[in-house]
Amino acid sequence: MSRYTSITDSDRRAMLETIGAGSLEEVFADIPAEVRLDRDLELPPGMSELEVTEHLSALATRNRSADEEVTFVGAGMYDHYVPALVDSITQRSEFLTPYTPYQPEISQGGLQVMFEFQTAVSELTGLPVANASLYEGPSSVASAGYLAKLENGRGKLVASRGLHPHSRETLSTYARGFGSRVEETPLDERGATDLEALAAAIDDDTSAVFLQQPNFLGTVEEIGPLVEAAKRTGALCVCAVDPLTLGILKPPGEYGVDVAVGEGQTLGNRLDFGGPSFGFYAAAERYLRKMPGRIAGETVDVDGKRGFVLTLQTREQHIRREKATHNICTSQALNALAGMVYLAWLGRRGIVELGELMARRTDYAREALGLEAINPGPVVREFAVRVPDLDRLMESAREDGVNPGYRLGQDYPEYPDGLLVAITERRTRADIDRLARHAAAVRDEVPA
Amino acid sequence: MSQSKVIGFAPGGEDTVTIYERSQPGRRAFVAPPIDVPEAPLEELIPQSERRAEAPALPEVSEPEIVRHFNNLSKNNFDLDTGFYPLGSCTMKHNPKVNERVAAFPGHARLHPAQEARYAQGALELMSRLGRALAEVAGLPHVSLQPSAGSHGELAGLLLTRAYHDDRGEPRTKVLTPDTAHGTNPATVRMAGYEVVKVGTAPDGGVDLDDLRRKADGETACLMLTNPNTLGLFDRNISEIARIVHDAGATLYYDGANLNAVMGISRPGDMGFDIVHFNLHKTFSQPHGGGGPGAGPIAVSDRIEPFLPRPQVVEVDPGNGTAPVYDLDLVRPKSIGRLRGFAGNFGVFVRSYAYICSLGGDGLREASDAAVLNANYLKARLAEPGIGEHLPIAFDRPCMHEFVLSGQGARRNLGVKTLDIAKRLLDHRVHPPTVYFPLLVDEAMLIEPTETEPKERLDGFVEAVRAVLEEAAEDPEVARGAPYTTPVRRLDEAGAARRPVVRQPPAGAEPPGDPGDARQVTSGSL
Ligand SMILES: Cc1ncc(COP(=O)(O)O)c(C=O)c1O
Repeated sequence: MSRYTSITDSDRRAMLETIGAGSLEEVFADIPAEVRLDRDLELPPGMSELEVTEHLSALATRNRSADEEVTFVGAGMYDHYVPALVDSITQRSEFLTPYTPYQPEISQGGLQVMFEFQTAVSELTGLPVANASLYEGPSSVASAGYLAKLENGRGKLVASRGLHPHSRETLSTYARGFGSRVEETPLDERGATDLEALAAAIDDDTSAVFLQQPNFLGTVEEIGPLVEAAKRTGALCVCAVDPLTLGILKPPGEYGVDVAVGEGQTLGNRLDFGGPSFGFYAAAERYLRKMPGRIAGETVDVDGKRGFVLTLQTREQHIRREKATHNICTSQALNALAGMVYLAWLGRRGIVELGELMARRTDYAREALGLEAINPGPVVREFAVRVPDLDRLMESAREDGVNPGYRLGQDYPEYPDGLLVAITERRTRADIDRLARHAAAVRDEVPA
Repeated sequence: MSQSKVIGFAPGGEDTVTIYERSQPGRRAFVAPPIDVPEAPLEELIPQSERRAEAPALPEVSEPEIVRHFNNLSKNNFDLDTGFYPLGSCTMKHNPKVNERVAAFPGHARLHPAQEARYAQGALELMSRLGRALAEVAGLPHVSLQPSAGSHGELAGLLLTRAYHDDRGEPRTKVLTPDTAHGTNPATVRMAGYEVVKVGTAPDGGVDLDDLRRKADGETACLMLTNPNTLGLFDRNISEIARIVHDAGATLYYDGANLNAVMGISRPGDMGFDIVHFNLHKTFSQPHGGGGPGAGPIAVSDRIEPFLPRPQVVEVDPGNGTAPVYDLDLVRPKSIGRLRGFAGNFGVFVRSYAYICSLGGDGLREASDAAVLNANYLKARLAEPGIGEHLPIAFDRPCMHEFVLSGQGARRNLGVKTLDIAKRLLDHRVHPPTVYFPLLVDEAMLIEPTETEPKERLDGFVEAVRAVLEEAAEDPEVARGAPYTTPVRRLDEAGAARRPVVRQPPAGAEPPGDPGDARQVTSGSL
């Protein structure tokens, strides 16, 4: 039953009369009998709103949310606090229910948000131009690979294994389509990108080189020499970044990277079991007319009044079709709005303070756990350790309502006993100490 | 020029000031939690070479002023909850409020994507149930929920096509798209490494079968089709099209942007399609969000299934009579791989699943019936004297959920273009149709009312269009200068592209530099 329609029987009669049809069947006459569904859809009957709420609630309670445990799981999405003002703004109908601002005169709110968002991304990354969002992190990485293909036509993409495993896999998926191949280069014994191996993999056919800061293990990479190696043969250098660390970490633009991309969930977006969040994409000026996604630009109206429009649309599918530089259409405007509101809330000093808090707690946590570090160098929000009996730690901690982290072995056979531990402003010293007690138990009982 | 008689839009009222221009050093909204660990100097934690020297110039604004800023911005947007939004091809149907509530349950919204499957059974079951419902609507057995929007689904579909042909040792080079296709189709073809071959449209608005027969050959990997197509017409020859494509050994891809016309009436799988994408933000009521988020799940036939993206939700029957257990299958040796991180836009899945639960099978069918009835009613009313001679229907056949008018008549008879009519409609507080798409129709207006509009709204739109045309007959300058009552009036798009200002200039920066190679683009096209 559809309670969202309002056609009464008498409406229907009047409307059919206006149409000049005896029945709706006549209107559907163009659909040949052989492709008509001659039965009802095999779906349960409709439910009342109350029943829907109860059914969905019953499903939700069968998940263990980050409210029900102390979670140290990160691996690309993090349990950060989302301030109340984000929800109150993103739930406004005027932001929630329009579509892409094709009619700028009645979409100035959304367009100005895009412009402000682009500014924030540009500020964070230290790159002059940014778009108004892509889907999420890994597909943004892959989209940078496509830009490199359009730019230089070369066939090889070199990716450090410090790049998120989902990003590497997504890059490979896309690359098989546009005709490049991905070569991965290893991490060294300190959990950082092996510079020599990376440099050795880069040749004249290398289209782009992919790095991540901090890398998937949480290591703060020494980016400068890696960028230098990437640039030697004229390859593009793409760096994935966690925007919430950019209050304290050097912006990718200052290292001379061509494109900075990343996952935006950490900026005011929910965990949502993986999405929706947003991807961001910033680049050096020379890619402005090739980069993907919507871009808002400032202009004036016929009365000289300041306003905003979608601009540089000759990059996009709706104008250039097969000559477009990407196929994206619907992206993640509402999630980018959440990101912008969050960044306004955090502000210029807040993003530094939050970064410092994370770095200090992360340092404290690594010490407190007392386990062998896979990446003993600098870290800011996440670190990897070897756990003598990982199964036992997982079991004992989880019984106590603590989720110790992400098992590295599922993506890195080279770290079968690795645990990736993430810290946010929500993980207090008391939480960390609680995890440390479980770590101490497995550390002390298993002989080295 | 005569001024507007219509007082419509209520702009936010504030001058255009960005959040950066509201910033004052020392203001703040955020207060950090106390530092409860030793305050190690940052220099000891992060080497100077990797540290940021100067804080990013984010705004410094207090919470009350942030709230006002964004609330005032919101008032400069027109939205579906406020008024009629017949934007063709976009299915601007009502977004049920209950969906927002259930999506915000902590069990959904606060669930970490790397949570182990045994602690995410509710989420995986929801995904499995949604997948089964979509499979039933599509008439195809296997679903991947992973793609993030329609065009991501298209990319998935062509990568699956590539994997399918490669697996048979028969790689191919070309993909066919009709000239009525949405821009994402040809753009996707290129991203997937194929060559675009355009297929013509017959006089009845369907695929030109002779042209298709000429072009479908051993190099053809796929035909991408929308049915009903972007003209709002159901292609009567769909079975023959499927036969031609399959005889050539190619796959048939269904762009599901227009699925809202045929739920429970006709299924893409039964039409012969191999791969279908859904736009959950169109057909299944996910709010459009000002341009996303959406989701673009795909459904496929048995022969395509082995190649579906990783991970796949799987249902495992424990075999001892207890309830099924759900898991994510990451192995899938023939899979094309991931298209994104984690398992997809789960928050969108929750809303669309709630929508399907609310409507049920019969309700989905009713929604499509009503969408088609509304479209045909509006089409009939817009053919009335005073309107029809200026905005003739492009293809005079019963339409499905949308239809295309041509502004050719208005341009000739009244001297106003489709763009002018669209802009003048803004003063009447309705969102204009999609304009200048599909490209096939001169001065096109693609109108999709959706099923959630009552008859009175449709009648109101007819009267607005009539008023615009009558006014243009008296004085075309009014429409040419419109809109008048919106927060801003027509904007200089060419100038914006010539001298792009795409961010707030950093403090002390030079004004924007040299004009680039700007090209005039048509405002408002899709
Ligand atoms: C016919 C058609 N195909 C494909 C798309 C692309 O879908 P999305 O915007 O979700 O990527 C659209 C959306 O506007 C469309 O109307």
